[in-house]
Amino acid sequence: MIKLKDNQKILLEFNLAGSAFDLAGEASSKIKRVLQQIGVATEVIRRIAISSYEAEMNVIIHACCGVMRAEIYPNRTEIQVEDQGPGIADIALAMQEGFSTAPDFVREMGFGAGMGLPNMVRCSDQFDIQSQIGKGTTVLMVINH
Amino acid sequence: MRIEELLKQLPVTVAGDYFDPAVTVAGGYVSDLLSHVMGQAKAGNVWVTMQGHQNIAAVASLVGIAVIIIAGGIQPDTETLQKADQERIVILTTKLTAYEVVGRLYQLGIC
Repeated sequence: MIKLKDNQKILLEFNLAGSAFDLAGEASSKIKRVLQQIGVATEVIRRIAISSYEAEMNVIIHACCGVMRAEIYPNRTEIQVEDQGPGIADIALAMQEGFSTAPDFVREMGFGAGMGLPNMVRCSDQFDIQSQIGKGTTVLMVINH
Repeated sequence: MRIEELLKQLPVTVAGDYFDPAVTVAGGYVSDLLSHVMGQAKAGNVWVTMQGHQNIAAVASLVGIAVIIIAGGIQPDTETLQKADQERIVILTTKLTAYEVVGRLYQLGIC
């Protein structure tokens, strides 16, 4: 096991491609493995994995591309996901459980249940979302260890 | 319950290459909606689904699910089995419906 010192951080960065369902979850799995290696508590890893996976899936489902950055500090993990996509017209509506704009073929795979953003909020200690129509969406999540 | 016991008690088939008889399951979850699985299933659960595509392996891995039962006679994609092998997740298939599988699991004490 590797132990992070107080002033250390690990930065992981992943390029995400829209519609790449074959690669879905790989970035989140890599983040999870690093967290396991530095000995973060299992329940905390679970919250980080859910947050990052949901954000990763949103890029793959809705955007043309995006970048996910995970900054892992001794006491917290910060995940920022920035995409180039359609943007969200009504963020309050998008945050409601069950609301989704995912296309039918994605729903048939079991995505698009409208639980992505609510899951991210529930699993994060801090959550922020910014979106511009026609440009894209940025999500920032902080999960304390 | 150890998975080898499950195999004796249920009409299930090991679908992939990865199999460890000592894997145990505690409790279970049934859904085809992946975000609900992410949010509500617990590590160590057996997951019953009718999805056979490869994203179920990623979801199971992130949640800490070690055994997936694909119900209703659905066969997993080749990519699903490859990913599941990499992630050391056991995939079982059965002709039983999801309803029947869950009922049988419950009767076996997996609640």
